[in-house]
Amino acid sequence: MGFKIERIPAPLWTRPLIPIAAILLTFLLTATLILLVKANPLEAYYYFLIDPLSSRVSAIEVLVKATPLLLTGAAVTFAFVGGYWNIGVEGQLYAGATAATAIGVQMQNVSPWLAIPLMLAGGFVAGMLWALVPALMKVKLAIDEVVTTLLLNSVALFMVSALLNGPWRNPISQWPQSPDIAATAIFPKLIPRSRLHLGFILALVIIVILWFVLTKTAFGLKMRAVGLSPHAAQFAGINVQRTMLISALVSGGIGGVAGVSEVAGIHYHLIDAISPGYGYTGIIIATLGTLNAWGVALAALFIGLIDTGAQTVSRALGVPTYLGDVIQAALLLVTLGMLLLQRYRITRTRSKP
Amino acid sequence: MNLSNAIEMRRIYKQFGSLVASDHVNFTLRQGEIHALLGENGAGKTTLMRILYGLYHADGGEIWVNGQTAEIKSPKDAIALGIGMVTQHFALAPPLTVTENIILGYTDSFQIHLSEAHRRVAEAAEKFGIPVEPKALVKDLSVGQRQRVEILKALYRNARVLIMDEPTAVLVPQEVEQLFESLERLRQQGLSVIFISHKLNEVMSITNRVTVLRLGQNAGTVETQSTSPPELARMMVGRETFGVTKSAGKPAQGKIVLELGQVAALDNKGLPALKNITFQVRAGEILGLAGVSGNGQTELAQVLDGTRLATAGQVKVLNHDITNAGPEKVMAAGVGRIPEDRHQSVVAELSVAQNMALEHLDEFTRQGVLNKKSLLQHAQKLIAEYQIKAAPGDKIRTLSGGNMQKVILARVLERNPTVIIVAQPTRGLDVGATEYVRGKLLEQRRKGAAILLISEDLDEILELSDTIAVIYEGEIMDILPAAEAETERLGLLMSGVKANKVAAHGL
Amino acid sequence: MTDVAFVTFLVGLLGATLRVATPLLFATIGELYTERSGVLNLGIEGIMFLGAFAGFAIAAKSAEAGLAGYLWLGLGGAIGIGLIMGLLMAFFSVTLGVNQHVAGLGITLLSTGLALFGFRMIFGQSSVLPSIEPFTQFSIFGDLPILGPIFEQYLLTYLAFIVLLPLAWWLLYRTSFGLELRSVGENPEAADAAGVNVFRVRYITLALGGALMAIGGAFLSLAQLGAFSPGIIAGRGWVCIALVIFAKWDPIRAMWGALLFGGVFALQLRLQLLDLVDIPFEFFLALPYLVTIAALALAGRNVAYPGAYLKAYRRE
Repeated sequence: MGFKIERIPAPLWTRPLIPIAAILLTFLLTATLILLVKANPLEAYYYFLIDPLSSRVSAIEVLVKATPLLLTGAAVTFAFVGGYWNIGVEGQLYAGATAATAIGVQMQNVSPWLAIPLMLAGGFVAGMLWALVPALMKVKLAIDEVVTTLLLNSVALFMVSALLNGPWRNPISQWPQSPDIAATAIFPKLIPRSRLHLGFILALVIIVILWFVLTKTAFGLKMRAVGLSPHAAQFAGINVQRTMLISALVSGGIGGVAGVSEVAGIHYHLIDAISPGYGYTGIIIATLGTLNAWGVALAALFIGLIDTGAQTVSRALGVPTYLGDVIQAALLLVTLGMLLLQRYRITRTRSKP
Repeated sequence: MNLSNAIEMRRIYKQFGSLVASDHVNFTLRQGEIHALLGENGAGKTTLMRILYGLYHADGGEIWVNGQTAEIKSPKDAIALGIGMVTQHFALAPPLTVTENIILGYTDSFQIHLSEAHRRVAEAAEKFGIPVEPKALVKDLSVGQRQRVEILKALYRNARVLIMDEPTAVLVPQEVEQLFESLERLRQQGLSVIFISHKLNEVMSITNRVTVLRLGQNAGTVETQSTSPPELARMMVGRETFGVTKSAGKPAQGKIVLELGQVAALDNKGLPALKNITFQVRAGEILGLAGVSGNGQTELAQVLDGTRLATAGQVKVLNHDITNAGPEKVMAAGVGRIPEDRHQSVVAELSVAQNMALEHLDEFTRQGVLNKKSLLQHAQKLIAEYQIKAAPGDKIRTLSGGNMQKVILARVLERNPTVIIVAQPTRGLDVGATEYVRGKLLEQRRKGAAILLISEDLDEILELSDTIAVIYEGEIMDILPAAEAETERLGLLMSGVKANKVAAHGL
Repeated sequence: MTDVAFVTFLVGLLGATLRVATPLLFATIGELYTERSGVLNLGIEGIMFLGAFAGFAIAAKSAEAGLAGYLWLGLGGAIGIGLIMGLLMAFFSVTLGVNQHVAGLGITLLSTGLALFGFRMIFGQSSVLPSIEPFTQFSIFGDLPILGPIFEQYLLTYLAFIVLLPLAWWLLYRTSFGLELRSVGENPEAADAAGVNVFRVRYITLALGGALMAIGGAFLSLAQLGAFSPGIIAGRGWVCIALVIFAKWDPIRAMWGALLFGGVFALQLRLQLLDLVDIPFEFFLALPYLVTIAALALAGRNVAYPGAYLKAYRRE
């Protein structure tokens, strides 16, 4: 008697149920932590999921929190679909943020119509460049990209830190904080007196483009073929190297845009804590969204909700905000397991007489 | 219980999905015999043996070892019962030494004393007459040497029963002879051997008894001495009128379409796999390339597919140079490709319709946007025409091997290719699908295509080809009209005997 | 600089090098083992972090309760949590066979979240970081003239270099378990056919690796700092990932890598204080990553990854 994993595809209707089941199971698991701090899990989940949506201010804040996540989620998805395991979106975000700052501070007396596109283009290119070396190493030398992209994240952080402790250090306060970008380079607010900015619209546009490219275009089909079976794609005459390189670089570019959005939409300057791990969260979101554009959008909004809710629940019940991080990580792992169940089933084996 | 039976497998049943790989098979191995397990590809030989070795679990049936019922849940159980197996793909870790590979999983203490271990391996090698170098790294060994390591590994574990899965498929003739000598000597020392094969002459020359499997069922067990190749062949294919129907074999008169001039290429390890390959295929001709597996066939197919670089020489289609042009240009030159590994040429997770269009996506695209309607219509048309049992939206991985091959055939043949490169087209297919595929290839020949048929199935080559070329260690040994291709002569060529020497044999 | 000052500088630098290298050596050996068995464990950063936290929290609470061996209790707790996280990684990468890098990052995110949650839960949000009396340093040579400071080390440092390293080498190359581990990482089919339980070997290895990573983290909180802070690991886990590749999956080379990084890190700290050179200290911090990437690029297609690296094993 034992267990084995068999490849039996689950019925199609179970598909949308998987994320829901994953969320429920995750909440069940994390309830133990809430009980540890002697709070009522149901009450906590109310503050997590419902309360943020019950007021206009906090509902908008969910969208603000979701903005970088939509972008990093899209970035990760674009790479993963093409079979390129880009773990480096965090670093690409920092590269984009650095470029946005460098350009943004120079934009005094320049029209926003020029300043903002310039910053976006600069951030996109910076993200691409940050993704370039591992991508070339993967495509030309077959060197595993997981480790190289990951290591470059730390390098990006050091680069930003060196800038902030060196040339960009605030001369008066001596804080490691860059000068502010020009007022004309700041993303306009979508709703007055809120933090919701142009970046949110940009992120939605990128999600729509992602959806269109992946499902409607020949290039999207090529990317999927390359991601699913590089051999078969090459055999069919698809230029695997070029396709993979493009998906890696575009992914890096989108990551760079996420950095631009945080600088120009939220902070207006560069600090070394500009991302609390949005690049890594992007991997959660891409996985949760099953590498599908609409799934990614929903997942980003959901994680945005959890991020907002973590603060609500902390204020209301004294549960540490880090519970939000735990939920997100647990959700990633649970989803990974459940996605597998979609294709495989664990069955009991028994020997017949 | 008969104690002289080393192994008895009774009514073994095993199902993979809807495929019954082993249908209540009975099999008995006597002490001290070499017993062939004979059958076509996909007859269930390997499945049965993997069950015996604990790599698969039977869904039903029982196994008796030395007269006692046994439950074999893993190779560990099998080894404990004195059963060893040498698989086609050697179960060795290349960066480790011979000694480490041999003692792996069979160490008697936690700490390994290397010098002691080397000495014991050397002793065992001496005792069983299987020369190996204990300290050598496996990755530096030849295929034949690796096989010896595998055999010694089993014997080192006190195997009384040795399963050998198509041991000669990877060997050159001299090595085959050595292997047979070793096996016979070991048999005299009391070892029982199960010899999986689909080659009749081998089976006739070294076994005591033969069990034939056909489509997952036992088609009978016979004494080798009292049988004959035709009888075995009849049992294998289940046809009364066995005998290769040679193709008409008239030399083709069409114009030269595919031309290879002194082509060379490397294998995945960077070693020369093809040397100086030169031949031509004419319109309306099937050139069959015969050879023992692993002699460069795979690499040649890939060079022609556009997926492997030639390091020298030229490939021309209708005088148009396509050397190293890549798949896209190769296809544009009118080459249709049906590769050896079906699963590596379709994207299993994409749909039938998408796979059918994948080679020519441009034709289903306008300004970068896919035309889903034309994709669908195209698939529907081909599905009807080639009698494929699938819907356009089905993922390829849900298809049977035969239907998958039909999808690939349809994708290639609908474009009326002037050249077809086809490798192992019927490997693993059932009889019906095999007939269908071969029929389609003959139909293309009638239509005037130049076809290069690469196959390790000599019968298939003899049945379909007009001209036969033999490849050995990456070189073409000889090219001869099918009418002159006696099996014996091909056999000598396939084992590396040069054409002029073959002539000296009076053949 | 005078000669005396230079010798003092050098001796201090060497001593610091060993200290900096200690947590790296523990965790790098842990990662090296898991990778040799065919699993890339990107949970390393989080497991080190969680190890640092668990060690500290248990030690602090035990000290409060007046237990004399509180530091050892803390270390034991860290080992326990490391084992658990290693087993969790094994469940995902071995039993379920999901993407190792995504699962590993999931473990890192989960461990980090759990540690921060626990820290806030147990120690609240006070402005003063809680601290404990950490392990003390000693020299096995007693009071040695001039060279003394080199050997003025923590017990864990001695253990890392004198016990762990030879033991790790011996276990890998001279025992049946090590042989099974290497074969499972190179060719699991072969190991399986030889009667090795692939799943069991990988489970044991991942648990062992997780424990070593956690010890590496706990060294920082229990020995070097006597405190825990959110920035305590600061990418050291990723350094170890780089070191494993740099070491070509060999324990002895891993030691040299750890020492080299420790040396550069210690030197960088001193240069920062001396304010002698104009190179930003971050450059030195980024160096191990850049060197590893460059080494990978130079080795190119000849990088000898374990044969079954990143591959889950299934029998059918």
